[in-house]
Amino acid sequence: MLNVAHYHVAYGQSEVLHGLDFTVSPGEIIAIMGRNGMGKTTLMKSLMGIVPTSNGNAAVDGIDITTLKSYERVARGIAYVPQGRMIFPTMTVEENIETGLTISGRSKVPGDIYELFPVLLDMKSRRGGNLSGGQQQQLAIARALATNPKVLLLDEPTEGIQPSIIREMARVLKRIRDERGLSIVVSEQVLSFALDVADRVLVLENGRLVHDEPRENVDEDKVSAFLSV
Amino acid sequence: MFADYTWTELGSIFAMQGFAGLILFSVFVLMALGLAIIFGQMGVINMAHGEFMILGAYVTYLCSNFVEAFVPALFGVYFFFAMILAFFTAGALGALVEWSMIRHLYRRPLDTLLATWGLSLILQQAYRSIFGAREVGVTLPDWLLGSVPLTDIIEIPINGIFVMVLTLVIAVSVYFLMFRSRTGMQSRAVVQNRVMAGAVGINTEKVDRMTFALGCGIAGVAGSAFTMIGSTGPTAGQLYIVDTFLIVVFGGAASLLGTIASSFAISQAQSTMEFFLSGSMAKVLTLLTVVGILMLRPEGLFSAKIRR
Repeated sequence: MLNVAHYHVAYGQSEVLHGLDFTVSPGEIIAIMGRNGMGKTTLMKSLMGIVPTSNGNAAVDGIDITTLKSYERVARGIAYVPQGRMIFPTMTVEENIETGLTISGRSKVPGDIYELFPVLLDMKSRRGGNLSGGQQQQLAIARALATNPKVLLLDEPTEGIQPSIIREMARVLKRIRDERGLSIVVSEQVLSFALDVADRVLVLENGRLVHDEPRENVDEDKVSAFLSV
Repeated sequence: MFADYTWTELGSIFAMQGFAGLILFSVFVLMALGLAIIFGQMGVINMAHGEFMILGAYVTYLCSNFVEAFVPALFGVYFFFAMILAFFTAGALGALVEWSMIRHLYRRPLDTLLATWGLSLILQQAYRSIFGAREVGVTLPDWLLGSVPLTDIIEIPINGIFVMVLTLVIAVSVYFLMFRSRTGMQSRAVVQNRVMAGAVGINTEKVDRMTFALGCGIAGVAGSAFTMIGSTGPTAGQLYIVDTFLIVVFGGAASLLGTIASSFAISQAQSTMEFFLSGSMAKVLTLLTVVGILMLRPEGLFSAKIRR
């Protein structure tokens, strides 16, 4: 569903990603692990078209998206839940989700989104900025799902969220995958969450993929060695 | 200063000055609504906003001359066409300016100040070259002239009432456009987080251009209304731009309701005080009060109640 090949990304002269190759199949959840500063967020941002790709390409469902603008990528089926959620703080919960409907042109929020996150229905006329961190995270996922994506990118979704909600989130992500058959890419530092949610675990170290294995074969000690400082 | 007047006279003075203040209020609101969108929402310091207003005034002037000369039968209603034309002319110029200049400066808000100030000088000189340095006035149709006597000494000018109704209609439409329509929602999303708005599928460049053009278009309508109470010259916009910024900042940068409330407070204070004191003294007192209130409430009168 998502094909990334020879993927290089640079900020000016300094290259951050030195040629990544990976594919994500339909209905697959992959976790990209790595310490701070290894390039996880840069990868997410460049897949979303926020940071330009310097070399290589990315394709969704066989269609090349490397040179498209962010909003055109959304139309091709990519959705993004950024680090720090980035919901629109002064807009209501309902309006926040409705911004995701721009591409499809629908005017009503589909009912199945509120079914996934009932708490958002209760709070739909509250301002997004007044929600708790966990609720904002749910809102950001709901907003991304409203674009009806084929590939969902989540950048460190567990950051700043309490443990009980993290377990709940793993369950919701798998449910979204099962119901909609979309591919999910999660960048993560928390190994337990990654093992809980992902079918495949990749490790990003200094801008290169150094590890790529299905969850069953993951050697926990080896991966945590990559994550320890 | 009140001692020379009887109570009835004082009452009438307050009523009539209050009404004069309401007309000033209307022009301020129209100017400030445009600027509240451009400066308050988009964060662009548009020093050329006054020139967009004057463009609307000149369009009205041209319309009035054209209709008077060629289709005198329609003279009674030319004002409505003039307003629509002023809106689209100023809006089109706004879209052009956004495309050629502003869009390169969204990450550098302070540079927009210099760039638009330059633009304002260019526009002023363009008006001077095209229309001449002398101020021009429009001829109003008969039904807008004259006044309604309310009591023996209180009289209310009809054009003032017209400007106020117009302001009300435009303020309500802007509210619905920004807060109840899809376009407005997209524009608010882009303004709050341009990058993220793109990442949920909003064409941010298009929305930016529409929003800027809308703000300029409303300034054009303000110019149209302005012709009824003042004469139009190349630099007339300069007189209003500082007041307008003051209103937007005082009202709370992102709030339309705050903009209206602060236009009301400032125009009424000015107008009432001007009768008893000199114009500059009235201005000094208004400014001092605004500075004092802004020290207590740095975000302005109305600010959004959210966690930051």
